[in-house]
Amino acid sequence: MADTMQFDLVSPERSLASLQARAVQIPGSEGDMTAMPLHAPTLTTLRPGILKVEAPEGTTEYLVTGGFAQITAEGLSVLAERAIPMDEMTRAHLDELIEEARAMYKTAKDDESAHGLVEDAAKLLADMEALGTHMSL
Amino acid sequence: MPSLKDLKNRISSVKNTRKITKAMQMVAAAKLRRAQEAAEDARPYAERFNAVMAGLAASVGQSDTAPKLLAGTGSDQVQLLVVMTAERGLCGGFNANIAKLARQKVLGLQAAGKTVKILTVGKKGRDVLKREFKDLFVGHVDLTEVKRVGYVDAQGIAKDILARFDAGEFDVATIFYSKFQNVVTQIPTAQQIIPAEFDAEGAEATSGVVDYEPSEEAILADLLPRGVATQIFAGLLENGASEQGARMSAMDNATRNAGEMIDKLTIEYNRSRQAVITNELIEIISGAEAL
Repeated sequence: MADTMQFDLVSPERSLASLQARAVQIPGSEGDMTAMPLHAPTLTTLRPGILKVEAPEGTTEYLVTGGFAQITAEGLSVLAERAIPMDEMTRAHLDELIEEARAMYKTAKDDESAHGLVEDAAKLLADMEALGTHMSL
Repeated sequence: MPSLKDLKNRISSVKNTRKITKAMQMVAAAKLRRAQEAAEDARPYAERFNAVMAGLAASVGQSDTAPKLLAGTGSDQVQLLVVMTAERGLCGGFNANIAKLARQKVLGLQAAGKTVKILTVGKKGRDVLKREFKDLFVGHVDLTEVKRVGYVDAQGIAKDILARFDAGEFDVATIFYSKFQNVVTQIPTAQQIIPAEFDAEGAEATSGVVDYEPSEEAILADLLPRGVATQIFAGLLENGASEQGARMSAMDNATRNAGEMIDKLTIEYNRSRQAVITNELIEIISGAEAL
């Protein structure tokens, strides 16, 4: 059985990682999941969370803010709207993201025409805040 | 016949112009490299994104429940043209070419009896189109303050467009930008973004056995708005590279022209200088002979 798989992490502005990974923990919109080699082909959207990549060389973590992950027979590609390596992450960064989510929540709430959007924005905000506690910043 | 002093002034002014165009060319060359890198870096995302979308679109697109962004509103009466140009001039025919393509499209659509709305990104395109189609303008996005185009900028534009689409302001949206071929060639391009079109070639054949989480429809509905942003971002990057490429070759031409002009003026200057000396000699000699 294959021991590693190809893992790619790309954001719209650049490609962040392309390596062989043993397992990748994905913050899927319906729950976290871990993809390992020979995982069934899956396509899932992401919620804001932490992407944990376990490679033979060590473990790296990225903060992602939505996008999607595609698991195929060849490997895993994650297309994130925004992805930041964990060691570059700071409190200020997170505050900025939370502020953005809060603004979005506010505009969604004021505009009463779309119901789903309010919940989405609220969830986004909660996700962002949970992320902060998780990282213990 | 201009005097010697005039010629001298003229030469030094052209020399200054040459210095400026030369500097602009070098700046454009440096910026071009960065813009090209940015475009290159963005390519993997766009490619994968399109492949996934094409696969999804192929499997969901035919159903009646397909999202409007993919299937369209069932009409093409109201057309939104998003014209993306540069914020600055002095880049050859770059802005003019995009504006010309957009203008042809507007006239073509109007002749077909459609309603046209124009949204411009970049000052130069707005200036040109505003003269002729003032009434059709629905908005303008200003990127003058933006040093380096980021995905956030594209998202902002996409959000604006999507809000208009949700409000039923238009049925079809097309973006205009210039595709970067190389430094001398940039191709003005029109690309339809709403309803979305995908290359069938990119579609993945294995779509039958893939697990979708949440459902295919939900993923598609989530991804389509992102797709608009991705396409706009790709357009902006191509435009950035094209602009710098066009400016580089335009400034190269200008530098060469200035060089030629300096040569010509220098010859003229030397000729008239000699003529003046000859004249003075003739005067002296004929004066001496008369004595």
